[in-house]
Amino acid sequence: MLQGITSEAFILGCSALGAGIAMIAGLGPGIGQGHAAGKGAEAVGRQPEAAGEITRTMLLGQAVAETTGIYSLIIAIILLFVRPLLTAYVNLGL
Amino acid sequence: MTIEFTVNMFGKSFIIPETIVNVWIIVIALLIFAAVVNRKVKQASVDEKPSNFLNVIEMYVEMINNLIGDTMGEKHIRFGPYIFTLMTFLLFANLIGLIGLTPPTSDYSVTLTLALITFTLTQYYGLKNNGFVGYLKGFTEPIALLTPLNVIGELANPVSLSFRLFGNILAGGLIMTLFYSAVGFLAPLIAPPFHAYFDLFSGVLQSFIFTMLTMVFIGGNLD
Repeated sequence: MLQGITSEAFILGCSALGAGIAMIAGLGPGIGQGHAAGKGAEAVGRQPEAAGEITRTMLLGQAVAETTGIYSLIIAIILLFVRPLLTAYVNLGL
Repeated sequence: MTIEFTVNMFGKSFIIPETIVNVWIIVIALLIFAAVVNRKVKQASVDEKPSNFLNVIEMYVEMINNLIGDTMGEKHIRFGPYIFTLMTFLLFANLIGLIGLTPPTSDYSVTLTLALITFTLTQYYGLKNNGFVGYLKGFTEPIALLTPLNVIGELANPVSLSFRLFGNILAGGLIMTLFYSAVGFLAPLIAPPFHAYFDLFSGVLQSFIFTMLTMVFIGGNLD
């Protein structure tokens, strides 16, 4: 099956795939932040005088909702640039 | 432009990365700026209207003070200097990417340090205001069964706080690098709006959010 592919290249390819799959988590914050922005727009429409307060609360909520997306981004960046799996394989000394 | 140092200390050589050098540059710039503002404020006469420069500074200080009044309460205005310094430092740190230097906040050590300061302040005021027993009791609410979850939730605060800033700024820089290599010589024409979003908008928003969350965390443990 793996003739012509070195183990290192295979691990690098799988790391890249893993990074791509990890970024699927970006779906969640997107939906959540959009929902928050929509509700914020509704609230400003209903109560325009409180626009500053509403915007601040909305941004704060969106920042917290973003956390899971940032975690997946960190995992993707680590897989791509730090390459822990490759290091682990080299350390095995096979 | 990259500036790196190698320091020999205790018989070992350490590499001081570019991001840390940029922190020094920002700190020195802010110190000079603070000295200039201090002199101008002392020279200004109360009877005349303030100059344009002083007016902008006053607006900025007032904005931070209002923010603290809204989120932490008017009587905790003594946190003003720390919040003000944090906000100004983060603004400079995030926007330094616009002049071609690497933003210090794209180094995890910088954001983790800032988040740990927030965490320490939060725990200190939690201990001070509730007493040791009350502080420990706060973890067992609403029922004792949830204690591990509460502890993990408290420890996750600095992690998420630092990763949020770090991830946003690092991802912005990475996307801009990819973008530059993709468009090639057309970059000067197409890049400015992307810089406006990834550096300017994202940088200002993230520094605001970090400061805001710091205020909310500390304010939550004040009376």
